[in-house]
Amino acid sequence: MSENRSGADGRTISTGVPGFDPLAGGGLPRGRTTLLVGGPGCGKTTFALQVLTRGARNGAGGIFVAFEEPVEQIRQGLARRGLFGDGEVEDRLAFVDARLPSSVLRGGDFDLLGLLGGLAERAGDLQAEVIVFDALDVLLASLEDPGAERRELYRLHEWLQETGLTGILTAKETGGGPRYDFLEFMADCVVRLHLRTEGKAAVRGVRVLKHRSSSHATHESPMIVTERGLEVVDTGSVKLEHRVSDERVSSGIGELDRMIGGGYYRGSSILISGSSGTAKTTLAAAFAEAACRRGERTLYVSFDESVSQIVRNLASVSVDLGAQVESGTLLMDSARARPGSPEDHIVRIRSLWREHEARNLVVDPLSALEKPGTHLAEEVGLYLVDLAKKEGITFVSTCLVEGNRVESTPIGISTVADTWIHLSYLVQAGERNRALTVVKSRGMRHSNQVRELLLADDGIDLRAVYTAGGEVLMGTLRWEKEEEERMAREEERREAERRRREAEIRVAELRARMEALRGELQAAEEEAARAEEETRSARRQRRSRERQIRELRTREDGTEQDREEGSGSEGREGSDG
Amino acid sequence: MAEPARAREEPTRLALRLFVAGEAPNSLAARKNLEAALEPLDPGAVELEIVDVLDEPRRALEDGVVVTPTLVRLSPPPERRIVGSLGASERLRQFLAVENPVP
Repeated sequence: MSENRSGADGRTISTGVPGFDPLAGGGLPRGRTTLLVGGPGCGKTTFALQVLTRGARNGAGGIFVAFEEPVEQIRQGLARRGLFGDGEVEDRLAFVDARLPSSVLRGGDFDLLGLLGGLAERAGDLQAEVIVFDALDVLLASLEDPGAERRELYRLHEWLQETGLTGILTAKETGGGPRYDFLEFMADCVVRLHLRTEGKAAVRGVRVLKHRSSSHATHESPMIVTERGLEVVDTGSVKLEHRVSDERVSSGIGELDRMIGGGYYRGSSILISGSSGTAKTTLAAAFAEAACRRGERTLYVSFDESVSQIVRNLASVSVDLGAQVESGTLLMDSARARPGSPEDHIVRIRSLWREHEARNLVVDPLSALEKPGTHLAEEVGLYLVDLAKKEGITFVSTCLVEGNRVESTPIGISTVADTWIHLSYLVQAGERNRALTVVKSRGMRHSNQVRELLLADDGIDLRAVYTAGGEVLMGTLRWEKEEEERMAREEERREAERRRREAEIRVAELRARMEALRGELQAAEEEAARAEEETRSARRQRRSRERQIRELRTREDGTEQDREEGSGSEGREGSDG
Repeated sequence: MAEPARAREEPTRLALRLFVAGEAPNSLAARKNLEAALEPLDPGAVELEIVDVLDEPRRALEDGVVVTPTLVRLSPPPERRIVGSLGASERLRQFLAVENPVP
């Protein structure tokens, strides 16, 4: 039994497409049928061949049944990609030309029994484990009858089950239509390949639509075509797999190293952004030179200036790239005049760094890869970040931005980069100086630190900046400050509004209370007046009664009693009062 | 692709090879239809070999036979092929016709 196993329980076979197996829970289902679908040119045949050759490298025989592409062409393609190795792989594979040429006349209904019979024999000879039926849709179409198509597909399906081979069917169907539905129904695993082009940028994607025997990722993943075939690129979702190092390497400028806690992390990605003329290349080259002086091989790819120009410019600030190039430690490549899609460039850069065995990479500027207006190509820059991280390469990229606003970096790399340095001009007291801002850096406590960047004959240096208010206004900071102020004003306004409203409510409240009190007061006054009146009235009545009594007594007793009672009755309360 | 069979001594002799898949319906139909088409011809002028791919699967691959049934006219040259149950008799006759057949 071959070593063609992957997945914890051997239920899957490895595809040989780097980065794909984890998306499919370990690989394609062993002993079952996988359907590869996609439009023309999206890489189905290449994918299938990679699976086949991977199996063969592990000792498993394989058969490729070609319904469309000439066998010789396929073999040549494999040889060119070096997938035949030293002939070992070639011996384990059989290529069957199963094309039905147009010169063959159609004279009625036919079936695949002949082919399948022959294939069974070959499979036995080779001890094959994997069989590819490439461009099956072409054969099915030649049957010219949906009923016959279904019948032959059933036949194929049963045959695969009987032989126990791992079957891979490729078809140009992408969805809809009875043929696709049936193929999809038959398959235990369906993988769809995409190809979208915008101008020169080709963006490929792969997605596992269905996988009966294991859990699979459901998202589409980007792919590139390398010299060896297809490869899946991860743009950030599986960051955990990348080697994370705590080792620091110098940026080439001592003060910058200190600002960020010792230097760039080895294997991390660093973005240097800035408008034109802000010394991005200088900073990137300083890193390269420092790395070379440490004895580390480095690749510097320029999309902008020529190599000699860069060497000259940097020499004027005492950064000697020339010596490093001569010693062979530094490989400089000028890619500006090279044609090719962003994908081509990326694959080429990776080949270069592998050939050079570089531990460090500079791409200046990375923004040259993307073309304005084609958002597809933006992501392509991220592929490079992933590819570099996978191999532990410290990657410094520069990015040209317009104006002084940092947030206009067109490629999403600013979110993915571990360290982001922004270069700009600072106008201060009538002077125009260079400023360097560390916008962020992993492991740094305080972000947005600013220094003045000085370029002189004897080298590069950073100096602290001071302004009157202790504030440096530029780029992100200015924007942040403006935002802060705007928000503070807004807050104040809201606070004032709130207080005003509260005061109004209070005034209204008090007024209401006052009204109530007034009402009470009035009532109380009236009450008092009434009481006063009643008292007087009562007194009057009493006096009146007392007079009457006196008069009655006077008539009876004469004058003497009058005089006695008169003085007494004045002070006495009436006994009947 | 299979190598063409060697030319016979009499170039007008009809050499045929029919690839069938056992008793499968298409294959049975093809045998029947072919026999019917060959009947009016002089038996001495026709050479027919029937290859059952289920018995001899290698021959199918060797001769580049993808589907069954496949009828190969080896002689007279050039070699020509027709696939299917051969039900369309006119077409079959044209295929078999010795002098300047029309495709």
